Amino acid sequence: MEKLPLKELLYKMADDQLIIGHRNSEWTGFGPLLEEDIAFSSMAQDKIGHSLALYTILHELGESDPDTVAFTRNANQFHNSIFTELPNQEYDFSLVRHFLYDTAEALRFELLTNSTCEPLAQVAHKVRGELRYHTLHAKTWMKQLGSATEESVSRLQKSLEQAMPYALGMFEESPYENEIIEAGIFEGEQKLKELWMAKVEETISQTSLHLPDWKIVQPITGGRIGKHTEHLQPLLDEMSEVFRIDPGAEW
Amino acid sequence: MTTISASVKKIYEWLEDVKDPEIPVLSLVDLGVISNVEIDGDKVSIELTPTFAGCPAMEYMKNEVIEKLKSKGIPKVEATISFRVPWSSEFISEKGKKALKQYGFAPPPSNKLFTELEILENAICPRCDGTNTEMKSPFGPTLCRSLYYCHDCKEAFEQFKPL
Repeated sequence: MEKLPLKELLYKMADDQLIIGHRNSEWTGFGPLLEEDIAFSSMAQDKIGHSLALYTILHELGESDPDTVAFTRNANQFHNSIFTELPNQEYDFSLVRHFLYDTAEALRFELLTNSTCEPLAQVAHKVRGELRYHTLHAKTWMKQLGSATEESVSRLQKSLEQAMPYALGMFEESPYENEIIEAGIFEGEQKLKELWMAKVEETISQTSLHLPDWKIVQPITGGRIGKHTEHLQPLLDEMSEVFRIDPGAEW
Repeated sequence: MTTISASVKKIYEWLEDVKDPEIPVLSLVDLGVISNVEIDGDKVSIELTPTFAGCPAMEYMKNEVIEKLKSKGIPKVEATISFRVPWSSEFISEKGKKALKQYGFAPPPSNKLFTELEILENAICPRCDGTNTEMKSPFGPTLCRSLYYCHDCKEAFEQFKPL
């Protein structure tokens, strides 16, 4: 099989992990309480570690080394979903994104434990265990704040409505969707989306929140083909600042 | 061609001296991150499996392994980091668990118990063995540790995460 479909899948996953990891790291020093500060910082470190593992597979497939790939591309060369690049905004939006994104991420790696691409299946086995902590963290806070006070419920509800079109954009299909499915690399975005909707519904039904009607939400796509919002380039500029000043720096 | 007189067992013994840089009482062998040792002629190949994919200490551990074996006279040492055998907290040896407790960390409970966060709510305090404890955060100062508070001895402590 051609390497291109596999590379496309690896790039979008690695870029998702790197960009959401960077956004998570922006909570370092700003969390609403110390434990949340540490939680988002730890999850950032995990996710950036996952991106490294995926970029390493790409490197073995002939792409540049992970640092070059992470730090020298421009926004239009990134394949992350737009959802991951949106600014953190207030904690309620970050929490809702954390819940919606991590639920999909955990399911994606779960499916990939059966991938015919052996190195990817190995990484998926590893990452799956780590992500249990992330999804448990997200679910715990969604359940608590999603049925706590009038303010917490209305804030989360507003963020949920704002986030949903972007969240559905995570499942933007690849031009190689059929090849990827037929080769047994991944069961596909459609399958993932169905599993994700069921998981999201399960948690939200245990809160005072309500989900928008899936049928009328228009997904915001484009990230997978390099069409991003104005928010991505400033993030990349900040992330790669040290590397661009001194590419050989060690720390 | 020279061949190495050391056995795989001997190499594991030498690696007992290489400690986790963040928990200096715990050897890499007891931590369970040495997933393979192979001797081929005058070359020794060591495979390490990361505790957490984002663990920043992996490169350091890899270099320490190479240094240690070279200091024992092994001419060619190759160390690789691989996900082939995914690390689990079950890999920590009994000796390793004791070392963790002595160092002030609660050793990880069996990962088979860990299906919901509620299971992690209580840990056994490594100082007073008290069970009236409370999880403050599943995330701690390093990726592999969680934060707890013991209501019996009124001290905070950390537990090595089950994975």
